[in-house]
Amino acid sequence: MSQAREVTQTQKNLMIFTRYLLLILVASIFILPLIFMIMSSFKPDLQLLRDSSSIRAILPVGDLSFDNYASAFERVPIMRFIGNSLFVTATTVILSIVVNSMAAFSLAIIEWRGKGIILSVIIATLIIPADVIVIPMLMLVNQLPWIGASGIEFGWLNTYHVQIIPFIVDPLSIFLFYTYFKDLPTELVEAARIDGASIFQIFYRVIMPISGPVLATVAILKFLPMWNAYLWPLMVVQREELRPVMVGLQYFFQLDTLWGEIMAYLTIITVPVLLFYLSLQRAFIESIASTGIKG
Amino acid sequence: MAQPKRKNNQLGYKRTEAIIGWVMMAPALLLLLLFLLYPFFTGFYFSFTNQRLISPNPTEFVGMRNFNRLLTMQFFTLEPERDETTGEVLRDEDGNISYPRLRNFTRDNPDYPQLDGLREFMSWQQGENRLVLLASDPVFIKSLLNIFYFVMIVAPLQGGLALVLAMMVNQKLQGINVFRMIYFMPVVISIVVVSILWQFIYDGQNGLLNSVLSALTFGNFEPVDWLGNPNTAMNSIIAMSIWQAVGFHMVIWLSGLQTIPFVLYEAAEVNGANAWQKFRFVTWPGLRSTAVLVLILITIQAFGLFAQIDVMTRGGPLDSTQTPVFQAVIRGFEQQDIADGSAISVVLFVMVLTISLIQRYLTREK
Repeated sequence: MSQAREVTQTQKNLMIFTRYLLLILVASIFILPLIFMIMSSFKPDLQLLRDSSSIRAILPVGDLSFDNYASAFERVPIMRFIGNSLFVTATTVILSIVVNSMAAFSLAIIEWRGKGIILSVIIATLIIPADVIVIPMLMLVNQLPWIGASGIEFGWLNTYHVQIIPFIVDPLSIFLFYTYFKDLPTELVEAARIDGASIFQIFYRVIMPISGPVLATVAILKFLPMWNAYLWPLMVVQREELRPVMVGLQYFFQLDTLWGEIMAYLTIITVPVLLFYLSLQRAFIESIASTGIKG
Repeated sequence: MAQPKRKNNQLGYKRTEAIIGWVMMAPALLLLLLFLLYPFFTGFYFSFTNQRLISPNPTEFVGMRNFNRLLTMQFFTLEPERDETTGEVLRDEDGNISYPRLRNFTRDNPDYPQLDGLREFMSWQQGENRLVLLASDPVFIKSLLNIFYFVMIVAPLQGGLALVLAMMVNQKLQGINVFRMIYFMPVVISIVVVSILWQFIYDGQNGLLNSVLSALTFGNFEPVDWLGNPNTAMNSIIAMSIWQAVGFHMVIWLSGLQTIPFVLYEAAEVNGANAWQKFRFVTWPGLRSTAVLVLILITIQAFGLFAQIDVMTRGGPLDSTQTPVFQAVIRGFEQQDIADGSAISVVLFVMVLTISLIQRYLTREK
């Protein structure tokens, strides 16, 4: 043990250098494919294919232009798809926060009969994988009624709401809100009661304003799968004007595969998410870590 | 007199609160029943019927038929064809033993009703005979084998790598947050985007992976069509899936690591523990419950393998990347056979549940 303390300054520096070297090597595995994607999106197809067999694949060299972006915009209604995804994602995130936080507040703070059973049902549903219910869900939304312009119609296929409503309720979100509310000091609620606040006022004037961390967690956990949604919209939305960004990728794989345009499209739909992540990095990582409570 | 009145007030107050409680719970409860529990249970129901997405005929109850169709397997021994007079085994021009055609037994043969409709899944040579494993749905059986392989490789490998990464980014070094951020980055990217990107990396001619391997071996590496070869396709998908998801589990390990009190490490150091001993006797015992969680999360996610398959291989080549969820979607959605798709989902759910329970049991706190 005394040996460890006798290391010289050079040895120490060497050790720190090795640690950083390892960290950087691993980092390059994660980051190089993304750099490749972005660099390729500026290159014409021929050069892109030629470059991919050398270090040039990840360098901004050769004939760089925005041509791929221009033709990708021509091929696909990109703005429409982004708009659809933004609308569906934002609506779901907001409704999800409202519905799940209300439910969790009711379970955590208010006394009423039967909430023990409901809480255990919610915890039990945590183990149902989404992939397992997707086929019966398709059957369900194909039959559900909706009040449209021409009275009651049946079938939710090819709508916005079929992309939103099934994903509002989320057992994990309820559970995260529930544990957060339970950990708040009870004096908060009691003091507000004595001041004559109604229970609903306590919810949105007292509890919600101090629930920033869990709000961020739930929003992020909901945002990611909604923006990245693929299988569900693929099944339930056939009309082009309602499609989200991930399904839009199909347009690039018909007849000839134009890699430059694909890379441009991938960059367009990925970079906003990456920027969002980089700016809220700490909240993203903490929100994932908090799913650890699940066990 | 004041006492009972206040009690009455309080009762009224409690009752109003309880009503508000129900009202606040109602939207979530309604949606939960409609979009989680109802599909979950109707999935079980559909799997015992002949339900189709759109059908002019009424739905009928068919008992276990869907499950029998998915899971029936049977061994059958094919005996070589013999010369009728000499009893000698017949051979073709190349000297291979010639066998009667399998379909003679599996298609409307009244002597072998139990083999009707079965198809060959695998076969082995056994002396002169050929032992054939028949399955009513070879593609589905293959998808089960594939997903077991996928889970068995991904769960320990991804869990282990995630732990290594977590320990790397748990070092007290300047700027360590930057590395934490980079390792986590692929998690926020859509698996569809990742799959398309990696198709380029795995390409047989101009793929990045082939170029890198060829450069590392000074041109001695024969390019491989990673996704087009049945021997490499699944492993390629495994590598990519780990690349995309490992940061997620790294973060969960990391939060586990940070609950271990630093004094324990100091105590170990005072007692002269080396790095491995510190890991073995301080870190690992402190991570038990995290380990269970990480394993269960990875297993559940791994069983749902779909998007990578849909984008990259569509189950091929030679069914080497078929998976149950991909088959459920093909049948339930593309072929509109809700009953068949639901039956696959039920089989999948039973497997996920069983394995989660086994993992929980094996890693329980003693």
